[in-house]
Amino acid sequence: MLLHDTSIIFGRYVRQTLRSKFQILFGILMPLLYLVFFGPLLTDLPLGSEGTSWQILVPGLLLQLGLFGASFAGFAVIIEKNTGVVERMRVTPVSRLALLLGRVLRDALLFVFQAVLLVLAALVMGLRAPLGGVLIGFAFVAVLSLSLASLSYALAMSVRTPQEFGPVINSVTMPAMLLSGLMLPMALAPNWLDLLSHFIPFRYLVDAVRAGYVGDYASSRMLYGVLMALALAALSVTVGTRRFRKAGA
Amino acid sequence: MAILSTAGLSRTFQTKQGPVEAVRSIDLTVQPGEILGFLGPNGAGKTTTLRMLTTLLAPTSGAATVAGHDLLTDPEGVRTRTGYVAQSGGTDPNVSVREELVTQGRLYRLKRPAAVARAAELARDLGLDDLLDRPTRALSGGQRRRLDIALGLTHRPELLFLDEPTTGLDPASRADLWDLVRQLRTEHGTTVFLTTHYLDEADALADRIVVVDDGRIVADDTPTALKLRHAGSADASLQDTFLAITGRGPAPEHRIPVAT
Repeated sequence: MLLHDTSIIFGRYVRQTLRSKFQILFGILMPLLYLVFFGPLLTDLPLGSEGTSWQILVPGLLLQLGLFGASFAGFAVIIEKNTGVVERMRVTPVSRLALLLGRVLRDALLFVFQAVLLVLAALVMGLRAPLGGVLIGFAFVAVLSLSLASLSYALAMSVRTPQEFGPVINSVTMPAMLLSGLMLPMALAPNWLDLLSHFIPFRYLVDAVRAGYVGDYASSRMLYGVLMALALAALSVTVGTRRFRKAGA
Repeated sequence: MAILSTAGLSRTFQTKQGPVEAVRSIDLTVQPGEILGFLGPNGAGKTTTLRMLTTLLAPTSGAATVAGHDLLTDPEGVRTRTGYVAQSGGTDPNVSVREELVTQGRLYRLKRPAAVARAAELARDLGLDDLLDRPTRALSGGQRRRLDIALGLTHRPELLFLDEPTTGLDPASRADLWDLVRQLRTEHGTTVFLTTHYLDEADALADRIVVVDDGRIVADDTPTALKLRHAGSADASLQDTFLAITGRGPAPEHRIPVAT
């Protein structure tokens, strides 16, 4: 039943995305700009002991894509609450978990697709990285998108207007980006900043993808990243499903 | 046996201004095949009551049995046997009529071929045949309302909740919709629970009228009996009766946020 329901919801939202081809490509614009206009600045900087600056930057941009893209996924639910689509679905016997999963799997697919485009562009710019690491990077994008989109839908179910929604998301995503070392590795940071960044879950994800991009698979960085990603996903999906079940707003 | 019965059904919302008792201990029974008009001024608690009875909103206290299933312990059972058409409708403006109808069938766990067949049947019954490939944003108000009702009827519910079904419709579409509601009862024996603030609508359609005001039931009887008792004559207008019961007219504009 869960599989059946999830595939119906997933199909509906994949078709919704395919109707707006603009949205599919537009999401990649910001990371692409960073890649083209910021990446070259780093080429000759000593960013870490291992790999090129591209192997540092691209993992950060991939997660930035997930962070900013998926966090705003909830906007669509605010619109759907106003058109009555959410309640129309909630009065059917459809699984509440499927209402969330169908949506977030679509989001994960969308952002992985954008991540593939980004990596292809990065290859042209000069990125060289092991295939295994690149695939691991996509897996992290998928799990991060799924988690953040779940939280975003949960928030969207609790607020009434986009005006309430946007500022909350911005006030979470900007510090998260800066404190997780998405742009430049925290290895460059003074101690206090490095310490602070350890309280930001994304820090562990970006470290793990960077480890993957230099072929360092069996490392503690990878282990912590995987554990943090899975914990984040479990927590987010639980919170999101609860909102679809209860939702009084 | 009653198709719907509630005992002390209540809902309190916590707001910044303090708790608001939107629905206060409603006791209500509906018999199978009845058309019940749930009438009241805006903000009286009509929509909140409906949202509780359709499993969308948890009651603060009280209990209810809806279409043979306990509302609190078996919401999924309630969902499989009741339909709900919200005031806002429930369609995506960019999705085609056909896709909405088929998806709805699939959400009620029909296999794809069965969902496609049911969609065709509903389109025929509700006069949507020529509109199947249009996006729902291209429908007129009356057409969209018929689609909303088709979605609510997908699983042939025994009990259909309609929340202000004719609000915003032109007179011809309203008349169509009234015919449709009567037809549902005569042809399928469907019980219809409809909220409205149009008194003529309640008078024309309902076997029984329940008037709510300030979250409470203040009257519950046939239209004729209500007129006799409250306005002194079976020929009195329901308008006068309503005014006598609630001590005011149904305010058309002001929506108190409690009921949303």
